[in-house]
Amino acid sequence: MLEKALKGSPRYWGTLIALGLVMALGLGFWLYQLTFGMKITGLNRDVSWGFYIAQFTYLVGVAASAVMLVLPYYFHHYKEFSKMIILGEFLAIAAVVMCLGFIVVDIGQPQRMMNVLLNSTPHSVLFWDMVVLNGYLFLNIIVGWTSLQYFKNDMTPPKWVKILAIVSVIWAFSIHTVTAFLYAGLPGRHYFLTAIMAARFLASAFCSGPAILLLLVLCLRRLTGFDPGQKAINRLAVIITYAMCVNIFFFLLEVFTSFYSNMPGHIAPFKYLFTGIDGHDMMVPFMWTAVVLGLGCLLFLIPTPIRQNNTALTIGLVMLVIASWIDKGLGLLIGGFTPNPFETVTVYSPTVPEIMISLMIFSLGGIVLTVLWKIAIEVRCEVEGGNLSMVPPPAE
Amino acid sequence: MKSNRREFLKLAAVSAMGIGAARLGFLGDAPAFAESVPTVANFEEGLKAKHWGMAIFTAKMTPELNAKCRKACHTEHNVPDIAGPKEIKWFWGANYEETFPTEHGHYLSEEIEHRQFPLLCNQCEAPMCVKVCPTQATFQRPDGIVMMDFHRCIGCRYCMAGCPFGARSFNFQDPRPFIKSFNPLFPTRMRGVVEKCNFCAERLAIGKLPVCVEAAEGALVFGDLSDEQSDIRKALREHFAIRRKPDAGTSPSVYYIL
Repeated sequence: MLEKALKGSPRYWGTLIALGLVMALGLGFWLYQLTFGMKITGLNRDVSWGFYIAQFTYLVGVAASAVMLVLPYYFHHYKEFSKMIILGEFLAIAAVVMCLGFIVVDIGQPQRMMNVLLNSTPHSVLFWDMVVLNGYLFLNIIVGWTSLQYFKNDMTPPKWVKILAIVSVIWAFSIHTVTAFLYAGLPGRHYFLTAIMAARFLASAFCSGPAILLLLVLCLRRLTGFDPGQKAINRLAVIITYAMCVNIFFFLLEVFTSFYSNMPGHIAPFKYLFTGIDGHDMMVPFMWTAVVLGLGCLLFLIPTPIRQNNTALTIGLVMLVIASWIDKGLGLLIGGFTPNPFETVTVYSPTVPEIMISLMIFSLGGIVLTVLWKIAIEVRCEVEGGNLSMVPPPAE
Repeated sequence: MKSNRREFLKLAAVSAMGIGAARLGFLGDAPAFAESVPTVANFEEGLKAKHWGMAIFTAKMTPELNAKCRKACHTEHNVPDIAGPKEIKWFWGANYEETFPTEHGHYLSEEIEHRQFPLLCNQCEAPMCVKVCPTQATFQRPDGIVMMDFHRCIGCRYCMAGCPFGARSFNFQDPRPFIKSFNPLFPTRMRGVVEKCNFCAERLAIGKLPVCVEAAEGALVFGDLSDEQSDIRKALREHFAIRRKPDAGTSPSVYYIL
């Protein structure tokens, strides 16, 4: 099926070339980092993880979110998702590729990366994160690719594919749980040290990931005419809405525990993020933007008539993605490392090279996604005789 | 058999160091150090303990003395002198609030409030950095010392997130141009790896006390915490001492006598 990625419209090639150019530009900055070391980042002795690891964490969530399609489809036989499920699996592949990319650029000695395998250390959560992430990548490649191939040949996928798909559902929970455990087990990092971290991660993943998927699918529908079905869109929007409500609820639980208990260590990160400490208030506008957008998106998502209007839905989803990204892609890491172990503030903000290198990885993910989705769409187009929107979901 | 092999390796290492120091003039200070290259005899006098620890008479530790210890440590271990938040430090000083941020002491005596407390790796009994390290580049020796293999470290900085004491530094850049006086008896690091105080394991191996203890004029007491007769246990028996953030659960081996 790979040949389907080799033929395409000027728009397809234009997209790939544009992403490739951004990637090449970012690559230049990465070479700069490889030559001079991580001094070109804004990271420092006290805030030793930053933008890269935050993007990694956010994207693990996006990867895990494919489960919000796979689970209803395989566990509850919700067939409306049959046209979108492959897109979810392929988005997961692109997201895991980006996750691995962010790890590679974040470590100081990337050429020694294989030490994690050579000296496997089961008491390190990072070791398990590597195991589950790579496992999830392969599961999605195998399940996604094989089911697409069987669909192309108009055959029912073999039973083992279904078994692997069910495994991938449980696995998806594991990737975000283990990623949460990276943080939730650290003494002395109060913003991280909370039992609800994994649950919060999953809630935020299950709203932000499907939201990104749905935005991309709506975009795809406009560009190619591929229609996943309004029913599927509406259903996914409901799932996103519930997950966002749970996400906000979990965050408020943290706020309650911190402020009612009045534990200084637990309050300090919230103070830094939402009011600033000692005049260091760089994060304040971001965090309040997240609050406004996070609550605001519910106005578009909760009332059914508004949610079922695709324009309003798009606005709500964009708001949700921005809010959840600020919460997890900025606030989580910076709040976790500020104040530092001496209860003072060392300011971190990502530098231009850091952002350019991140753009390189986002572009890489974009290329992987474009190619995979192109293949999926072409296969469907071929099977349905050029008509992308009319065929009912295939029988199991 | 095993000990023979160990002896041989020691001999080989020491001879290599000796030859290297004598011949490789381009190492700069190396020839000057050739005299002090340890021999097999030195290694036979190595200090041993079940659990190395340190007690600090903080009242004796003046800022000047602290600076002296810091200089001795950083010279011994080729710690680069880098300014700003990307700095590297093994031994440094901080005030009461920064040293014991969980104590929240109000109405402190002025003397304690302005006292400078030495900070270094706590050589914890249950070190979080060892637990989180994915490659065992950070490991704990049977005598309690938490050490690093600079050649195995991948620079993931998970240990820096795990350490509740901010004891670890990352080489954001090549540290070598920032080393003021080079000590050929201790390895320099490359960029992209983490480092921290090692309780002078390289000196203990040849029967010497940590360099900060030697410089501290009695303000730092070093010894075996599991030996009731040791000087450090005597100091802890006779004076009130606290540890930094004991509720982080890592059980530091560095005690502060107030």
